This record gives sequence, C-alpha cells and structure tokens, in this order.
Amino acid sequence: MEAFLALIIGSLFAIGLYLVLQEHLVKLIFGISILSNATNLLIFASGRMTRGTPPLIPQDAANLTTSFANPLPEALILTAIVISFGLLAFLVALTYRTHRDLKSLNPDVITNESENESVL
Amino acid sequence: MQRRISFVGAAFLLYSSVLLLKEILASGIQVLQLGSWPAPYGITFVADILSGTMVVITGLIGLASVTYSLQTIDRERQAFGYYPVTLLLLFGINGAFLTGDIFNLYVWFEVLLISSFVLLSMGRSRSQIAGTVPYVVMNLLGSMLFLIAVGLLYGNTGSLNFAHLSLKLSDPVLAAVAQPISLLLLGAFGLKAAIFPLFFWLPASYPAPPVAVSALFAGLLTKVGVYALIRTFTLLFPLPLGEPNQLLISISGLTMITGVLGAVAQNEFRRVLSFHIVSQIGYMTMGLALNTRLGIAASFFYIVHHIIVKTNLFFVSGVVQLSGGSFRLQQLGGTYRLSPFLSLLFLVSAFSLAGLPPLSGFWGKFLLAQAGLESGQFPIVVISLVVGLLTTFSMTKIWNEVFWKNAPNSARINPLNRTQQLYLLLPITVLALITVVIGLFTDPFSSIALRAADELIGKQAYVKLVLQNTGGANP
Repeated sequence: MEAFLALIIGSLFAIGLYLVLQEHLVKLIFGISILSNATNLLIFASGRMTRGTPPLIPQDAANLTTSFANPLPEALILTAIVISFGLLAFLVALTYRTHRDLKSLNPDVITNESENESVL
Repeated sequence: MQRRISFVGAAFLLYSSVLLLKEILASGIQVLQLGSWPAPYGITFVADILSGTMVVITGLIGLASVTYSLQTIDRERQAFGYYPVTLLLLFGINGAFLTGDIFNLYVWFEVLLISSFVLLSMGRSRSQIAGTVPYVVMNLLGSMLFLIAVGLLYGNTGSLNFAHLSLKLSDPVLAAVAQPISLLLLGAFGLKAAIFPLFFWLPASYPAPPVAVSALFAGLLTKVGVYALIRTFTLLFPLPLGEPNQLLISISGLTMITGVLGAVAQNEFRRVLSFHIVSQIGYMTMGLALNTRLGIAASFFYIVHHIIVKTNLFFVSGVVQLSGGSFRLQQLGGTYRLSPFLSLLFLVSAFSLAGLPPLSGFWGKFLLAQAGLESGQFPIVVISLVVGLLTTFSMTKIWNEVFWKNAPNSARINPLNRTQQLYLLLPITVLALITVVIGLFTDPFSSIALRAADELIGKQAYVKLVLQNTGGANP
C-alpha cells in the first residue's frame, strides 16, 4: 500500500510539474491544482498508514492502548485544501482578467507586458 | 469612515506592539498557548526580541502606509476594500512573526499572501495584471514547497511546534535524515525573500501597484521570508556556532551582485528600487550565513534599517510621481528646485541605503563587515563593500536625473497642495528621522540586536520556556 501511494504521489508531482512548465496559464492552473493535491497526499502519507483503527477511546478505557490512525495529518490536509481552494479560485479569476485585458495567456508575453507598461 | 477606522487600527497596532516589545525587553520571551493546550499539542505564539521588534516595525510601516494611502488611494480602490485588505495583510504579517508552530506559520503566510494578491491586482491598469501573474504563480509554488517541507518534517519528527522540533532535531541521526528538508525550506523561504536564483518575480511585480502598496510590500513582505530563514537556521537546523553556512554565503553574494547590477541597468524609479531590495536581501542573509553572534546581530540590525529606509524611498518615488507625473527617470527633473525639503529626505534615505556614515545603513554594513572579517570570510566582505559602492552610484543616478537636472520640457509639473504635503511628507519625514536617529545613537539599537542574537543562539532557553509553559490557569 505504501509503495503504491508513493508511486501515485510521485507521478502526480511529475504531471503537475510538467503542466506548470507549459507556456499556457490554464495548463498552469491545472498543474498547480494537481501539485497541491500531491502535496496533500504526501502529508497524508507522512502520518503513516494504518487501517481500520480509528483514534477512538473505548468507553471502558482511559486512553488508547493499541496503535491508531493519526488524525493530525487529516486536520492539516483539511486546512491546506481550504487554503489551496481559495488561492486557486483567485488564480482562475486572475487568469480570466489576464485573458480579457492582455489578450494572451502566454506567461512570456505577460511578463514582457509588465516591463513595457510600467515604464510609461 | 473606513479611512478613520483603519488609521486608528494601525495606530493601535503600533501602540500595542511597542508595549509588547517593552515587556519582552523587561522580562524575556513571552509565550502564549492558544486554547490552553500545552505545547507541543496546541498552537503556540512566542514573542522574543526578534519577533517583538519585527512586530513594532510592522506597526510603524503599517501606520505610515495607511497615512500615505489617505491621500493617494482613489475612491474606486477604497470601494473595493483597500483599507480592510491592508489591515488583513498586516494581521498576516504579525501572525507570521509571532507564531511558534510551523504549520501555523504556513497558514499566516497564506493569509498575508492572499491579501497581498488582492492589493496587487486591485486596479485597472494592464501592467498591474501583468505584474500580478508572476507574483501569484511563484508564491503559490513557494507555498507548496513549504507545505511539502512541513509534511516531511512532520513525518520524520512527529511534531510541528518550533521548540519541540528544535529539541527533536538536536538528535544527530534525525537531523541528518531531516537535512534535505532544510533545503526545501531554504527554497520556500528564499523564494519569498527573493534570494539569488528565485528573485525575478519581484522586480516584475513591485512597481505595478500604487505606491502605498509597493512601499508596504517592499518594506515587509520579503522580510517575512528572511525572518523565516533566520528561524529555520537558528532554531531548527543550526550549524555549530561560528561555522559559516557556505551555501548561504554564496547565495548572499550572488543575490547582492545580481540585484545591484539589475538596478544599475534600470531607468524607472521604482524598478531601480525593486532591484535594490533584492541586493539588500543578500546583506541580511549574509549575516545569518556567517553564523556568529555578531553576524546574526548584524542581520537583525540590517533588517530593521532596511525596512524603514526602503519603504521611505518608495514613498519618495510616489511624491515625485505625483508632482512630476512620471516614474521614468528621463521624464523627471527639477524636483530639487520644486521642493528642496523632499530632496533632503530622499538624500537621507538614499545615503542610508548605500551605507554612508553616520546613517543607520552605515552601521548595518559596518557590523556585517566586522562579523565577516572576524570569521575570515573575506570574499563576501569585499563583495558587500563593492555592492555598497554600486548602490551609491545608482542612488546618485536617481539624484541627478530626478532632483538635480532641469525638468525636461515635456514634463508637466503640478506642485502638491497643503493637505497632500501634510499626509505624504509626514510619514516620509518620520521614517527619515528614524534612520538618522538609529545612525546617531546606535548603541541602544545594536545592544538590542546583540541581545536578540543571544536569544537566537541560546535556543535552549526558548525551547524550555515554550515546552514548560503549560498555558496559564488550566493546563
């Protein structure tokens, strides 16, 4: 299971990186969303994989004695998902404005634009 | 109404941060466990001298920027919530300076990032959009790198609290395993601090928004990255004291050189200043890289000095643009004749940036050079001095073009009215005075810097305090 997950995370990172390096803003958005999901899975994996043992204390015990699934990474991921969702929404809106105002989605064109304009 | 509330809010921020710093200086590191969960389980806030001072500076720059905005931000931006977003940005910056938990630091980074995105893109001009895109993309990738590092750090050590991490990483085996993570963190924070290979987004985006915004960004945002670097390399992954971090030293040198060469090649006021931010970041990381008591103290001193001076120079560029109608050096001129007082203020800040005595920049460079010589790192000292010279050159260029030469015929000059003068020149004057005061009465400031360095080096006290403090009345 661990090996499988590691493989998945690795290939997600590869795909995301490939998309980020494309000369197109929309592909870049897809790349970033895949990368952030890969990151989330990585945090999940770093909390160790345990199956079928929820971190619940039985009613007749004072604390957990057996090994249990670590709930903290899930809390971290939840926070990270919310944040990356917000940022992604912003990026999509920004891309729309870029397309409307600059008539291009090529990062190189956009960067040149900023150099030409700001010397006005 | 918005304006008044945000002004009062920023003033309160400054006031409370000064109180906090006073408390820290009087009775040592302050620790707060949110929700009364004992560390390392709950979220910890820690304020040592470094954090306390950074918060005070944030308050100061925030207040100055809000004052400056009152006259320069148009109604449209105000209607889109310029002031609340500015305060949110200050909130995020302060959180990042005060938190004692690495995942919490990530969250604060995102708070300040999203508000900086909004401030940067708010407006109509094409150049603003074009400047925002690289900024947003690079910072998103940087945050991702940071998050990966946090995840791996948690996987290897099982903790997220700075103090607890520091304790666990003092185990040499674990530290060796976690060493690659320190590189990830260097990449993530280095991107935000704009160090050598990762700086190119900065000159593309900082000149785009209104001056009040660029000044705020120029002063504070990259310094959050530098602050995080200092925490990483003193608390989490410290080298033995006195052993210089060669990688960071080379990066510092390259950052200084590329930044200043980029600045010399520019012909637009704010682009020159933006490249100088990059080159100055090199000085801050240089002190950290030397890894001696004096080096860290020098870094600390330099950060404080740089935030004040750089923000001020951006403010000046805004006033010049307002009266001269342009940021372009060729199209400006005659400002000295128009306003000798403004020219004096520029000169003070520019010389301080370049490091002429007796201004604060001189002492910053002096301490750095001394620290460098003490640890025998001669090449970096030479580089830092040469870069200082080039900085003087590029400041002289601005002086000649903008202030000294006669205004070109095409220039349309409209002098400021009285209210504008009050709101724009007041923050500039105050900040210029501060750099002069730091320069003339250096002793108290450098002794605070040395105390901050002592605290950062003697991290055991920090760790003990955080982990023992079980959070007030009900543990």
